[in-house]
Amino acid sequence: MTTIPMEPQQEERLRAAFDATVARHDRIEPRDWMPDAYRGTLVRQIAQHAHSEIIGMQPEGEWIGRAPSLRRKAILLAKVQDEAGHGLYLYSACETLGVSRAELTDLLLGGRQKYSSIFNYPTLSYADVGTIGWLVDGAAICNQVPLCRTSYGPYGRAMIRICKEESFHQRQGYELLMTMMRGTGEQRAMVQESVDRFWWPVLMMFGPPDAHSPNSERSMAWGIKRNSNDDLRQKFVDMTVPQAEALGVTLPDPELRWNEERGHHDFGEPDWEEFAAVIRGDGPCNAQRLAHRRAAHEEGAWVREAATAFAAATAQEGAR
Amino acid sequence: MSDEHGSVFDGLLGGDDSAQWAFGTGFEDPLAGVDTTTPGGVDPAELAAYCLMLGDDALIMSQRLSEWCSRAPDLEEDIALANIALDLLGQARLLLTRAAAADPDVLPRLPEGSPVPPEDALAFFRDERRFRNVWLAEVAGGDFAHVVVRLLLFSVARLALLERLRTSRDQVLAAVAGKGVKEVTYHRDWAGRWFLTLARGTGESRRRLLAALDALWPLQAETVAAHPLERALARAGVGVDPASAREEVDAVLGQVFAVSGVARPEPAQPSGIGGRTGRDGVHTEDLGRLLAEMQAVARAHPGGRW
Repeated sequence: MTTIPMEPQQEERLRAAFDATVARHDRIEPRDWMPDAYRGTLVRQIAQHAHSEIIGMQPEGEWIGRAPSLRRKAILLAKVQDEAGHGLYLYSACETLGVSRAELTDLLLGGRQKYSSIFNYPTLSYADVGTIGWLVDGAAICNQVPLCRTSYGPYGRAMIRICKEESFHQRQGYELLMTMMRGTGEQRAMVQESVDRFWWPVLMMFGPPDAHSPNSERSMAWGIKRNSNDDLRQKFVDMTVPQAEALGVTLPDPELRWNEERGHHDFGEPDWEEFAAVIRGDGPCNAQRLAHRRAAHEEGAWVREAATAFAAATAQEGAR
Repeated sequence: MSDEHGSVFDGLLGGDDSAQWAFGTGFEDPLAGVDTTTPGGVDPAELAAYCLMLGDDALIMSQRLSEWCSRAPDLEEDIALANIALDLLGQARLLLTRAAAADPDVLPRLPEGSPVPPEDALAFFRDERRFRNVWLAEVAGGDFAHVVVRLLLFSVARLALLERLRTSRDQVLAAVAGKGVKEVTYHRDWAGRWFLTLARGTGESRRRLLAALDALWPLQAETVAAHPLERALARAGVGVDPASAREEVDAVLGQVFAVSGVARPEPAQPSGIGGRTGRDGVHTEDLGRLLAEMQAVARAHPGGRW
């Protein structure tokens, strides 16, 4: 984006209007003036979210070919397809800030923009499809519902649609686990093992503790972010405990118990060193996820070039 | 026909949100009040085998298409290919369920009290030699040109067949065809537009397209070859003789080739071994590998509930 130089007074007026809009909890729209840092923060956050949707297709996509019933195959394929759709809306929301999908893809493939750390964990059984729906999508919803009221209009509107679909995915994931728990002993063990493996990485999805979250404060002041990492994590734990009981699984945290005084559950601390390692690129599947995305992108280059060449040739013929 | 999740026909009946979501949206309820008894004068075993032919074509093609998920050249094409795979999966579920209802003897043997519904018994516990799909659906995939050519050849033949199947005396087949015509019209359109785009895009895309056509054209003849069973059911007013659709298939493909500036390949002999083809349960090596993946989890848990 090129910024047109303007008088200091004019910029001050625009900034005051921007601040007032955010304070009123109104939406900032693409053509409104916004501080460069606000734009930059939004691009970073929305792009990271879009990349998460696209990379997030892989761990579950792994099981489409092996889904053990045709109904589950249809549900899973449609779900992974929804994730591609979410990626599309979010890249479009980002484009309203003046960055193209191609540029963002390059940033992802170059390792210069991140995606949610959870997708760097592998999916090792069909129960993981259910656990991802229940816990991973559940955590994503906790993070994302407040974003429906985020200050940037196109992002907030994209989030409304995405949250509706995500809550549908969460119910489907839970329903799969519920069905498996009514199946054989082997299936029940598969569900418990999956929950054991995903529980701590899911708690990490809310980000580092508030005391160590470098970007949080400013994002909250701008109305981009509406709740702190620790508040959302607490909300998620409180929401999940009764669901786990209903399902008949144990959450793998010996410190997890109801605290009457606080009116919340106490729970243990995730391994923040592991989190840091995954963010750094040293998680179990970081290299694999990026390599898959890069291969799809590179192998599709000749198709995108053909489509561009054909469109140009057709436009030329039309002009004649 | 029903299990704890409700009938597989729920998707056709509008039903609740989840059925609609898993099958796509926006269709009427073509099976409302449909008569599911086998029409008079038709051998139930033959009707079941015929449903397996059409159902297996859709199932195996869907499995191949879904391999593209998260691998397509662009997000839009990823979504389109998943849509097409979902449509065909929906058709397969109805047809396999119909096969089992017409003749329960087609079902593989499962342990007593197995909770596996008929559509899944047929998809996941049937051996390779009992699959009746054409080879075009099963051969291993290649690049994007390969999926475009495969889908073009497949959907041109399937659409011509489904259009004729709408007047089947079997109410279920007629309803499945009614729904399927709308879906496969879109599949054919998608494939045709990409065929044209690749043919006239760049030198590279044209080279790849022609290579895919070379590789897949020998499998096209099987899609319009008439199996004795298809002829018998066509005479009974239940099935369609693919030979009756051949002229239309040739004309549509001719149009796509002409507009794309691609010479029509020489007519090929139907594939097969000793005159026996996919319709008879004789397949390529690729089907075994496809089924090994598709059936792995289900077969590991024959008493499982999903």
